[in-house]
Amino acid sequence: MFWRETFIVFRRQLRMALRNPAWVIIGLVQPILYLCLFGPLLEPLAGTLGAENAYTLFVPGLLVQLGLFGALFAGFGLIAEWRAGVIEAERVTPASRTALLLGRILRDVLQLFVQGIVLIGLAFLFGLTGSIIGMVFGLILTVLLGAACAAASNALALTTKSEDVMAPVINSIALPVLLLSGILLPMTIGPQWLQVVSDFMPTKYIVNAIRELFTGDFFTITTMWGVIWTLVLFAAGLYVGTRTFRKENA
Amino acid sequence: MIHARGLARTFAGRGKGADKVEVKAVAGVDIDVEAGEIVGFLGPNGAGKTTTLRMLTTLLKPTAGSATVAGFDVATQSQQVRRSIGYVSQSGSTSPEARAGEEIMDHGMLYGISKQQAEARGRELFEQLDLEGLWTREPRAMSGGQRRRLDIAMGLVHDPTLVFLDEPTTGLDPQARANLWTHISELRTKRETTVFLTTHYLDEADALCDRVLVIDHGVIVASDTPDALKRQVSGDLVELVLADASRSAETAALLERVADSDLGIDGATVSARVRGAGHEVAGLIRSLDAAGIALESIEVRRPTLDDVFLTLTGRSLREDA
Repeated sequence: MFWRETFIVFRRQLRMALRNPAWVIIGLVQPILYLCLFGPLLEPLAGTLGAENAYTLFVPGLLVQLGLFGALFAGFGLIAEWRAGVIEAERVTPASRTALLLGRILRDVLQLFVQGIVLIGLAFLFGLTGSIIGMVFGLILTVLLGAACAAASNALALTTKSEDVMAPVINSIALPVLLLSGILLPMTIGPQWLQVVSDFMPTKYIVNAIRELFTGDFFTITTMWGVIWTLVLFAAGLYVGTRTFRKENA
Repeated sequence: MIHARGLARTFAGRGKGADKVEVKAVAGVDIDVEAGEIVGFLGPNGAGKTTTLRMLTTLLKPTAGSATVAGFDVATQSQQVRRSIGYVSQSGSTSPEARAGEEIMDHGMLYGISKQQAEARGRELFEQLDLEGLWTREPRAMSGGQRRRLDIAMGLVHDPTLVFLDEPTTGLDPQARANLWTHISELRTKRETTVFLTTHYLDEADALCDRVLVIDHGVIVASDTPDALKRQVSGDLVELVLADASRSAETAALLERVADSDLGIDGATVSARVRGAGHEVAGLIRSLDAAGIALESIEVRRPTLDDVFLTLTGRSLREDA
């Protein structure tokens, strides 16, 4: 029952997303733009940054960025749906509230997954080398992080019910996270104080873990922390999300 | 079909400064609706209509009191309640970019009915509600009346025995409203569905409902048939418009002899409530004639539910609506 309901919600979301190809195209073009327009800048710097291959450094960062940003903005669609009365109409059916959330998150996760594959595949053309299995695991971590962010974003959307409130909140969270996670450049090249601040960013550990996974280092402390943080964020995101969807007044 | 006792809901709100105040949205209502009835829930905006409806449809937990809907307790058997009822909210039920047919099928399937069943039921409802040919139409490309009928179809896809309609005709043009009224009364005659609807339109309650519950400030202040409610108002409204405004005081004195209440002068218009106006008006006109007061027009209005509301609460519905 639960999975059927989740699937109904997921299929509905996916159908609507695919019918609006603008979003699908924008979603796919973004990682490509980063690779084409930012990747070449990193190539000559790779050595200085302590990496043999610029793209094993860069692609994991882009993956996490996709996971964070793409998914954090997922909630905006929910506000529109709430305004159209869809959420209320779904909540008056006997369907599980968790299924209503999960079906939506699965759509975001699928989009992220496809974007990730396009990104990695394309990066090979630019000269990415490394462990394929590691990349698969890196993609899984990204997807879990994306699910957490999508759940949190949906929860925030249903709590604020206003794009005008939500946009500044998301931006004020996303920008520091982006800058302090070493997504574009590793934090190790920064001054001491910046490194200390970034130590408080769970996403930094996730980026670092995916970088190690890409080079084939599976069983390191860095990887372990990244996996732990991903799982913690995933659990927290789902918890907050389901709680909000169950809350009566949402 | 609906039995509520002392159903209440308070929200935590904020008063001036940091004081926490409790806002009583619904302050304990008793509601009884029998199978096959069409009952209207009438009140101004903010009176507690939607909050009551949300409690009866399991979207909101009551802070006090109890209610059984379609034979199930809203607090402890919410799943069974949801299966038995349809709810058409004010805000709609479909995404503007989705396709109508797909929306109704998905909605039906969330109620647990099979895909084939959902499609069959959906198409049947489209036909009943004059939505033929709109199966693949996007709601954003529909008229307001079509969208409202689609919302009603969505609420009926699982064949509920009881349907709640929250302000079903708000924002529709008069023609679409009249059309929707026909469809709503057909819910009973053709499908044997019990209907509980909220409205702040008096003509709507009047045209559709067997019984009207009047709610104000979270309390039900009256419950009766529209006709019986109107009888509570003391008399019909007689409105005289004079050719010469300077004679309005004299006219008022004559009108007062037959008036029961609400005697008033507004420029050249003199009005009052007169019990049995049909009988009294002839004598009134004769006495005006005898005094040489010329009338521009005379109007006798039967009491409306607006007058009922005014009598019950001291306020007009229209001021808030």
